[in-house]
Amino acid sequence: MSSDKDERRPAGELEASVLAALWAAGVPLTPGRVQSELDSGLARTTVTTILSRLHEKGIVGRERLGRGYAYFPVQDPHGLTARRMHTELDRDDDRETALARFVAQLSPDDERLLRDLLEPDLGARPEPGGE
Amino acid sequence: MILLLTVPLLVPFVLGPLARRCLDRLTPVAALWSVTLALVVLAGASVAALGALVLTGLLKVPLFAGLGDLVHPLRTASDLVVLPAAAAATGALTLGAWTVVRSAARQLRAFRSARSQADRRPTAGDLCVIESPHPDAYALPGRPHRIVVTTAMLRSLGADEREALFAHERAHNAGGHHRFLVVAELAAHCHPGLRPVRATVALAAERAADEAAAVAVGDRRLTARAIARAALAAGEARPERPGFTPAATTGPVPRRVAALLAAAPRHRPRAAAWAALLLTACAAVSAGTSGAGVVSFHHEVEVAQGEEAR
Repeated sequence: MSSDKDERRPAGELEASVLAALWAAGVPLTPGRVQSELDSGLARTTVTTILSRLHEKGIVGRERLGRGYAYFPVQDPHGLTARRMHTELDRDDDRETALARFVAQLSPDDERLLRDLLEPDLGARPEPGGE
Repeated sequence: MILLLTVPLLVPFVLGPLARRCLDRLTPVAALWSVTLALVVLAGASVAALGALVLTGLLKVPLFAGLGDLVHPLRTASDLVVLPAAAAATGALTLGAWTVVRSAARQLRAFRSARSQADRRPTAGDLCVIESPHPDAYALPGRPHRIVVTTAMLRSLGADEREALFAHERAHNAGGHHRFLVVAELAAHCHPGLRPVRATVALAAERAADEAAAVAVGDRRLTARAIARAALAAGEARPERPGFTPAATTGPVPRRVAALLAAAPRHRPRAAAWAALLLTACAAVSAGTSGAGVVSFHHEVEVAQGEEAR
């Protein structure tokens, strides 16, 4: 059931994927739920190992759920980091050039063009997560 | 001499359109490298030409001619040409130096602040998550490399789309793309003709990372969808669109998505050869005329100092 490709990825990348799944979910997840959220063919034992490693580092917390644990990301106290980051970055008028950002701002035309290009795909949103 | 020195100041205006064509015809990584290299040569040549013009003008002033040990007047074209050209060059060089320093300081400050924020948060592997309602993600160079993603961005993407995003940011870090962006930014302040090339270099870096991500996740359409969804989510979170001016041309995001929906870019030897030839020609003309101009200026100064015969 486990695909070789995913099992052979560096441990750091797997940790990143697992943490991202926990943040995206917004509710505590059991190793089994993380495994199915990731849908990547990782073995359940691998997911459990990664989760306990993240827990040891203090990046995720856990609570008892039945016979096992459910894991959740540890919040940044008061969201201070986010606020600082945004005030710093917003101060730059040409913030595009300072860092390679994933997406640039869209014009209304760009937005229409994107929806035309990918309408069928974009219709199916990912699971609503914890929004 | 003056005529020679104007050539490197005109060539940069050609690089903008040429760089865009290179990006259309070459693989993104090849375009990124070749355009940035040409950009460096053209920026250097134009700064050297401006410097030679400024010195020529200065040596026309008796005070500086005395300081430069000139025993004969410097032989140049008419003062009516030389003096205004030198004054304009002085203005351009001063303005350029000022904006280069300001831009370098600003980028360094943004980088330092992003770095210190990321270092304050625990990381899982290379991922640093920032809790924020604004969907945002970027690659943070340095040791160790990081990818910084906000919670809003993680929540607007599906699990497979998040993998595409991570692969994209890792490609930026692995390719050292920030170096190209910094070079393009600094070169843009050296000559107004090089300003549009900055956007082309940035697009080439994004395209290179997109292609690497498509290979890593093994699905071009999935990568395109991740970019489109991230961009649309970012737009919804910021309806005010600060600093945005509507442009007639298509923005970078739809171009990246369209390129991913098309077939993977192939290496096309003929197109690559033409692009390389044109870029090399630009760089050679620029560097050649600038160099010849500076050498001839140096010769005239030696003559005026009485150290060389005409």
